[in-house]
Amino acid sequence: MTNHYLSVEALKKAYPTSDGKAGTPVFDNIHFSIEKGEFVCIIGHSGCGKTTILNVLAGLEQASGGVVIMNGREVKGPSLDRGVVFQSHALMPWMSVLGNVAFAVKSKWPDWSKAKIAAHCTEYLEMVGLGHAIHKQPAELSGGMKQRVGIARAFAIQPKMLLLDEPFGALDALTRGTIQDELLKVVQATHQTVFMITHDVDEAILLADKVILMSNGPLAKVAEIVEITMPRNRTRAEMHHDPQYYRIRNHLVDFLVNRSKTYAGGGELEQYDPKHPPVVRPGLAAAPDAALPAETARPVPQLKKVVNQ
Amino acid sequence: MNKQLPYRAALLSLVLFACFIGIWQYATMPSDNVVVSAADAEYAALMGQGAGKAEGFPTPAAVGRTFVHFLSDPFYDNGPNDKGIGIQIAYSLMRVGAGFFLATLVALPLGFIIGMSPLMMRALNPFIQVLKPISPLAWMPLALYVLKDSDVSGIFVIFICSMWPMLLNTAFGVASVRRDWINVARTLEVGPLRKAFQVILPAAAPTILTGMRISMGIAWIVIVAAEMLVGGTGVGYFVWNEWNNLALPNVIFAITMIGLVGMLLDFAFGVLQKMVTYRD
Ligand SMILES: Nc1ncnc2c1ncn2[C@@H]1O[C@H](COP(=O)(O)OP(=O)(O)OP(=O)(O)O)[C@@H](O)[C@H]1O
Ligand SMILES: [Mg+2]
Repeated sequence: MTNHYLSVEALKKAYPTSDGKAGTPVFDNIHFSIEKGEFVCIIGHSGCGKTTILNVLAGLEQASGGVVIMNGREVKGPSLDRGVVFQSHALMPWMSVLGNVAFAVKSKWPDWSKAKIAAHCTEYLEMVGLGHAIHKQPAELSGGMKQRVGIARAFAIQPKMLLLDEPFGALDALTRGTIQDELLKVVQATHQTVFMITHDVDEAILLADKVILMSNGPLAKVAEIVEITMPRNRTRAEMHHDPQYYRIRNHLVDFLVNRSKTYAGGGELEQYDPKHPPVVRPGLAAAPDAALPAETARPVPQLKKVVNQ
Repeated sequence: MNKQLPYRAALLSLVLFACFIGIWQYATMPSDNVVVSAADAEYAALMGQGAGKAEGFPTPAAVGRTFVHFLSDPFYDNGPNDKGIGIQIAYSLMRVGAGFFLATLVALPLGFIIGMSPLMMRALNPFIQVLKPISPLAWMPLALYVLKDSDVSGIFVIFICSMWPMLLNTAFGVASVRRDWINVARTLEVGPLRKAFQVILPAAAPTILTGMRISMGIAWIVIVAAEMLVGGTGVGYFVWNEWNNLALPNVIFAITMIGLVGMLLDFAFGVLQKMVTYRD
């Protein structure tokens, strides 16, 4: 039994091949957990199965094996408890901005009056800085604004947990920064539990409490869990002044560039236990992948081969 | 430059129209009576009717007079064989409207079911594939026998021919609603009815309306043929009747009216289509 807020146990997904047989699993034996109020990012190369994991957490997709348990109950289908921000914003273009958020709010609280729904939606749209655009059609908005509507829609139903699939992937760096700041503000204010996919190392360091690193697919694994030990009230502007920042950043980039491949075939690692993937805190020590303090220490896997890039 | 385009197009249309009338005028000029329509004369003789009606192909002026004559009093009613064009068109429109409406009642829900369920899609596909290519008029004898009423049979034929484009487009539109929107509805635990009317219907509406527009076009084509067969009333019957009278100007007039009404119907559906189309 587990006492985590959400735990993923032995998760496996294999898509059928074109001739109907079960193909090689995209990932297998995935274990991790998320605590209440925690912000967890997941990083890995394209195709390693991040979106698939998120869809399983959302209940949109069926796993081929393993379970997801949230709040002591197995996740078997989509639920209003878990709000999803889709990679492609997924706004319905025939509804106004307000209409899109209201559609979600009305789903959660069907008995609310029109006025109450409108007021509630407006509050959340103002929170993401779109108070002036509530009566616009999605087609009239920029990419960043659409994404913010998607975020407001997910927040407005006050889910127990938020799932974000590369919410800023399609945005330019400037817009991305602004929205990250907004997300950071909201999350710090609401202590929302969040699971987020990202390709952006800086984004993960800014937002996350811990970062799950996935090795390359197929047969991807949770290679490491990196705890971001910098203080929680970090900001995008000041984060760079923290010496921890560079150690964490180097560790993550090094993983993506050099080490994510070596995990792929398995076997190259000694002492790798999929149930307890190594937890590292690169921010705390001088060396990038130093082990944890003794009480929680797990041996950091040693690579047999050094991969040169 | 671009602002002038509509005017220049309209001008060109007028010029082309004038050319068409000119060529028509030239071709039907009553220059030498010998060559003109020996066949027509023979035909007229065969039919045992006066030469008064068979004067060769009508000139633009004659047809123009017919237009003025019919349009000056479109709604007169002098018994079964002599009704104004307005009344005839109204009969046809009524049949098309009734058949089309019934087809909508069947095709939209059925299309929804087919589009939502791959099982139903596969199960019903063979029937649709066989029924679709049947000329709607081929149903006429069966319809007349079963329904025992020419009016109802006409409506049935319209029903059958309007059915397929609507059904297939609805099924296709519903089946290809973007996954993201369905997933949004799923994560919000939206009930099936609300999902159908607030997500799938608006998402598929442009495709569905395209189907309805095609159906309406086909229905208007088929009604003329159907009315030629069953007789009694309607523009199709009017055309056939005027042909039997060898009143070609009247036939040309009726043909033009059929075209104009068809254009207006299509235009109306175009407007509807614009209303439900969303910009993405
Ligand atoms: N519906 C599907 N049918 C078959 N294979 C699929 C399907 N969806 C995903 N896959 C496969 O599963 C693997 C993981 O896909 P997924 O979308 O989860 O990757 P990802 O980690 O989100 O990648 P990216 O970072 O590019 O978004 C891919 O190799 C993909 O080919
Ligand atoms: Mg993805």
